[in-house]
Amino acid sequence: MTMIRAKINNLPVEVEPGTSILKAAKLLNINIPVLCKHPDLKASAACGICVVRIANYNNKMLRACTTAVEEDMEIITHDPELTKLRRTILELILSFHPNDCLNCGRNGSCELQDLAASFSIRETRFDPNVEKKERDGSTEAIVMDAAKCIKCGRCIEVCQEIQDVWALTFLDRSYQVRMRPAGDLSLAESPCIKCGQCKIHCPTGAIYEYDDTKEVYKALLDEEKYCVVQIAPAVRVSIGEAFGLEPGKNLTKKVYAALRRLGFKGVFDTNFGADVTVMEEASEFAEILTNHPERLPLITTCCPSWVDFMEKRYHDLIPNFSSCKSPMQITGVLSKTYYPDTISVKPSKIFSVAVMPCTSKKTEVKRTEEMFASGKQDVDVVITTEELARMIRQAGIDFINLPDEEPDYVLGAYSGAGTIFGATGGVMEAALRSAYHFITKEHLTKVEFNDVRGIKGIKTAETTINGKTIRVAVAHGLGNVSRVLDEVRSAKEKGEETPYHFIEVMACPGGCIGGGGQPGKISNQIRMARIDALYEDDKEQRSLRTSYNNPYIKILYDKFLGKPLSKKSKELLHTKYIARPQYVK
Amino acid sequence: MEKLTLKTTQRYREQQRAVIEKRLKPDQLTGGQMEVMVCRSTGCESIEAKRILERLKKVVNSKGLDDKIHITQTGCFGFCEKGPIVKVLPENVYYVMVKPDDIEEIVEKHFVEGNIVDSMLMEEQQGKTGRREEISLFKKQMRIVLRNNGRIDPESVNEYIAVDGYTALEKVLNGMTPEEVIATLKLAGLRGRGGAGFPIWQKWTNARKAIGENKFIICNGDEGDPGAFMDSSVLEGDPHSVIEAMAIAAYTIGASKGYFYVRAEYGLAIRRIQVAIDQAYALGLLGKNVLGSDFSFDLEIRLGAGAFVCGEETALIASIEGERGTPRPRPPYPSISGLFGMPTVINNVETLANIAPIINNGGEWFASIGTETSKGTKVFALTGKVNVSGLIEVPMGTTIREIVFDIGGGIAGGKKVKAVQTGGPSGGIIPEKYFDTPIDYESLNSLGSMMGSGGMIVMDEDDSMVDIAKFYIQFSVDESCGKCAPCRIGNYQILQILERFGKKRGKEDDLEKLHDIAFAMKKGSLCGLGQTSPNPVISTLKYFPEEYNEKIRKPKIVQTK
Amino acid sequence: METLHEEITDEIRAILDKWKPKEGNLIMILHGVQQRYGYVPWNISKFLASELSVPLARIFEVVTFYNFFNLEAPADYKISVCTGTACHLKGAPVLIQGLKKQLKISPKAQYTEDRKFKVEEVRCVGCCGLAPAMVINEEVYGRLKPEDIEPTLETIKIEETS
Ligand SMILES: Cc1cc2nc3c(=O)[nH]c(=O)nc-3n(C[C@H](O)[C@H](O)[C@H](O)COP(=O)(O)O)c2cc1C
Ligand code: SF4
Ligand code: SF4
Ligand code: SF4
Ligand code: SF4
Ligand code: SF4
Ligand code: SF4
Ligand code: SF4
Ligand code: SF4
Ligand code: FES
Ligand code: FES
Ligand code: FES
Repeated sequence: MTMIRAKINNLPVEVEPGTSILKAAKLLNINIPVLCKHPDLKASAACGICVVRIANYNNKMLRACTTAVEEDMEIITHDPELTKLRRTILELILSFHPNDCLNCGRNGSCELQDLAASFSIRETRFDPNVEKKERDGSTEAIVMDAAKCIKCGRCIEVCQEIQDVWALTFLDRSYQVRMRPAGDLSLAESPCIKCGQCKIHCPTGAIYEYDDTKEVYKALLDEEKYCVVQIAPAVRVSIGEAFGLEPGKNLTKKVYAALRRLGFKGVFDTNFGADVTVMEEASEFAEILTNHPERLPLITTCCPSWVDFMEKRYHDLIPNFSSCKSPMQITGVLSKTYYPDTISVKPSKIFSVAVMPCTSKKTEVKRTEEMFASGKQDVDVVITTEELARMIRQAGIDFINLPDEEPDYVLGAYSGAGTIFGATGGVMEAALRSAYHFITKEHLTKVEFNDVRGIKGIKTAETTINGKTIRVAVAHGLGNVSRVLDEVRSAKEKGEETPYHFIEVMACPGGCIGGGGQPGKISNQIRMARIDALYEDDKEQRSLRTSYNNPYIKILYDKFLGKPLSKKSKELLHTKYIARPQYVK
Repeated sequence: MEKLTLKTTQRYREQQRAVIEKRLKPDQLTGGQMEVMVCRSTGCESIEAKRILERLKKVVNSKGLDDKIHITQTGCFGFCEKGPIVKVLPENVYYVMVKPDDIEEIVEKHFVEGNIVDSMLMEEQQGKTGRREEISLFKKQMRIVLRNNGRIDPESVNEYIAVDGYTALEKVLNGMTPEEVIATLKLAGLRGRGGAGFPIWQKWTNARKAIGENKFIICNGDEGDPGAFMDSSVLEGDPHSVIEAMAIAAYTIGASKGYFYVRAEYGLAIRRIQVAIDQAYALGLLGKNVLGSDFSFDLEIRLGAGAFVCGEETALIASIEGERGTPRPRPPYPSISGLFGMPTVINNVETLANIAPIINNGGEWFASIGTETSKGTKVFALTGKVNVSGLIEVPMGTTIREIVFDIGGGIAGGKKVKAVQTGGPSGGIIPEKYFDTPIDYESLNSLGSMMGSGGMIVMDEDDSMVDIAKFYIQFSVDESCGKCAPCRIGNYQILQILERFGKKRGKEDDLEKLHDIAFAMKKGSLCGLGQTSPNPVISTLKYFPEEYNEKIRKPKIVQTK
Repeated sequence: METLHEEITDEIRAILDKWKPKEGNLIMILHGVQQRYGYVPWNISKFLASELSVPLARIFEVVTFYNFFNLEAPADYKISVCTGTACHLKGAPVLIQGLKKQLKISPKAQYTEDRKFKVEEVRCVGCCGLAPAMVINEEVYGRLKPEDIEPTLETIKIEETS
């Protein structure tokens, strides 16, 4: 490839054709300010903050985020004139933005706030034009505060292009442009699947998670309640970011400690539930593969956003869905049925909280009547990683320096297979490790399935079990999922053999580590750091890499459930799906 | 209908020419023979031109004059303000503001008795006049683009062919290489009439060289500039001239499909284009193997839907693709990656209407008209406070003064002229002291205005400059697509400040703010709309600062003892 | 989804048949719908979305972007006053004021209370020579003076009752 040579601030740079000025500048350690550009997304060119000057092209000002470096360009990224220009644009944006940082869901982690700080904005120079707009919290997963929207288009790009949901779009034009669902419906009436990807990509506080911490505090203060809590795999490797640590630090044992200090009496790990999910799902797969090949491919269902998407858009595939509940729901139902027996507390006193990387999980708890299998709501409240981080701060806990603690093992011990659930490909790998055993009765010598790891949007692999070739696919980011499922659908329509036997789906790019409830920023770099930390956690479980070997799982089945897919398992651990319309109206 | 081929067109043309021979050479009209033309463009059409035409035909028929009096409909004559208009040859007179009930009188007195009806002629300063050569509006004009407007029936391909229509396409298909076409355009020095004045040969060359499975040619007929009607007049009055040019462009860049993008509001133009396209297909001037050659070309109309910004080329492309008309970052330019990602040439209606004459008469001929940097003519829609407003075409280099006073007949009501505005919402105000500036792209830019598409609004002493700036900014506020912050918010903020001035409540630091916002918009907006929309404010601030200053509320001076 | 009236589906189908095979057809199809109904009804949008396999959000983002398309049923009489430059200079603002006063529409509103009349501002209707101009439904009225408003509205009202 012939490289492009140019100069940025008089420093020579050599880049591949098509490289943006923004990226090229990064190579030289020059930071050009951006507001609308996100590393995951196609540049929308909306804000104008990133303009740079091309000295040998009439001093024309062009956007660094969308303009590719051309041969011999002489680019100036910073000078007093550019600073003034950027500052004025920022002041214009702020003139349509409320001065509301103190009441804002993004206070302290807002890209707009950061920019305003670095450009020394000290007054509102232009006439303020802030309309009071009603917030939309109809989903009870995320809240939209349109008054804070700067129309960067990131949420829309994610929702349409990455997630293929099209819940959001821009309506109208000029200063009346607004990001909304079609027909100005509420989010709950739209096809929104509550994945919260819009939220983690939003640079401002225009979209934030629905806050449930008050519920948790109320329960913790209630003498009558016995509060238990579980943490999802993805939480442990991201919560550090909320306390200023690098992405990818595994803080499992500090989270346990912090939860106890917050007042939880039972501290569990969703990884345990993930091991149960594996037991059930791998058995289901083994059963279908041997006895009901017409039901192939089997598709995973532990992601509620994905379930929502499927019920709205791919309900013809309901028969292919694993009936197995998500690890969170399993941990929840066990904490209200199995757990109380072990500690002699009345099940009705248990209040079950889940800490999730996910906004969608907030709605999963009421999804269908099966979520009330214990007789009451199995998981009472879901809070996100971000909400937990705030609670820890409010409680004055010096989180980073806490001593390590262990979970309550009954529902807390986990295998390496359980922990990798948080990463794309993890559910597949975990299930294959057990399915191999269930079908062949043998143990894998090498448990890693490297082909399903990594950040690629669609991963496919083949493996041999009992001489039979098993084709699997892993997709994350629903745009990719649609592509895989369309393949399956068209094979079905043509009466051809299914292209895959087993498919793992996660709504969020990267899987749950990239979930909508995670703190801080998101990019593939951050995703990879979190994923690596989970696989590291898997390795650290040395002897315990497969779910069926988890001694506490064995106890659970011996004492309580019987065997996978038993009547009791089916009652407590499995669920159903129904077709739903995309638009309520 | 039989399809024409390169071999048969010349004979066909001669047949058609014979039909309208006498209209083209009025001195051959003898023995009471007359050619009568009724304008049926939007202006006149909206005030009963159709009834006038029908009535004329009926009355002429009832008097048994059918074989002497030949009646046709035509496109805009140019002074629609005085419509509906009927033109009569051989006398070459125009009857203005004709009412259906006037027809009897015209037929009786003029067609039968041979006396021109003075009372229905145009009122000029020196009295009633009706002869073309006496009408000020026609003075100093030179008609290339409007060559057929008011001369032929726009709904007849045969009349277009009769006046040498499609000869340029024939010439090209008869052995001109694309390189020769481009060389001719380069020699001619034709620049885009859609606003920016980009050299056409360059654009066509880029698209020709670009690689793509398909290529497209688009005619930009969006004409969003409020108060301008040049392009619609061409489309209504001479649609084939644009179709012919598009075929030539397609041949040159290697495209086989073209789109007419037309404002949905232009109902008549749309209908006329469709009629023209259908006729061209029927004669083999469009479709597979044009005129029997290897070249095939399909053409289709796509409508706008009420968005000024869709005149901007990347927004126009988005609109044809069925999306919101929001501009896209350039580069890549459409000539490299345009409609559906393919190399695409987008040209303005007026630009295209120049192509056939250039091919026919050569690049040197065209280059001999106009100024050093700006060749050929420019069509303007002259409106506002002039005595005669209308559609005019003048050589580049004509001065503003000549247009306003010689052609427009000066200011109505004896008022004093103050300024003209060119370039619509993207352009600027030019005060009277610069009226001797010859019009070309560069001079207008240096005055802080621009050529734009050709709106020219004349303002007199009564017009407030702050008000006119506010008018244009309000337009830009409404029409901003809202995608990029500098334009979406900048326009709105400027409007708010100007509204304060309107109420005489300007603040002392408002002027500085206006300059800052304008700068941010010029440099930071994504597309031409935001980059140029502060121009009306900047230019009025520059030339008429006193009109702003007098509206600033001075701080009250507090007397202390 | 609300079920569509059969004859309506036939008309929409005809539009779809013509445009469906073409690339970038959405705006032309919406023109067809708008011409038929005077606006783009919700159930038609949904029908189009499923027929064309485009997200409903795409249809709404387009419909709300372009001034030509409406989401609400039109008034019986749409009075479009041109506010292009020529008409503005020659008195369009006064015309609008007069119309709204006559029809008892408040300055910021567009419709009369019974939604029979709508007064809207449009850009250049292409008769700048006749400025100021307005269009009532399809008919153009040019060279208007403020005193023309009352008789014009009277004629319409009489037409309507007859
Ligand atoms: C906001 C905006 C509106 C425009 N509107 C028109 C228009 O209505 N008609 C037109 O021909 N060009 C318009 N243009 C210019 C086009 O983008 C483009 O340059 C032109 O059609 C190219 O044709 P030309 O090379 O023949 O001039 C507009 C540009 C901008 C930025
Ligand atoms: S979005 Fe950011 S800038 Fe706006 S109020 Fe919230 S924290 Fe402050
Ligand atoms: S940052 Fe400023 S405004 Fe905000 S809380 Fe502190 S002192 Fe108050
Ligand atoms: S939560 Fe997900 S589906 Fe819902 S609007 Fe946001 S990105 Fe779209
Ligand atoms: S909600 Fe956030 S991401 Fe979406 S456009 Fe507004 S500011 Fe951007
Ligand atoms: S799928 Fe995601 S949210 Fe569910 S348990 Fe696993 S990590 Fe947690
Ligand atoms: S991928 Fe995980 S975080 Fe994302 S929506 Fe699904 S369960 Fe929630
Ligand atoms: S400059 Fe204005 S019209 Fe152009 S892209 Fe930006 S907001 Fe849209
Ligand atoms: S001047 Fe305008 S209104 Fe008159 S005919 Fe020409 S285009 Fe039509
Ligand atoms: S970051 Fe480049 S335009 Fe917003
Ligand atoms: S419309 Fe009749 S002269 Fe222009
Ligand atoms: S400005 Fe009113 S018709 Fe053109």
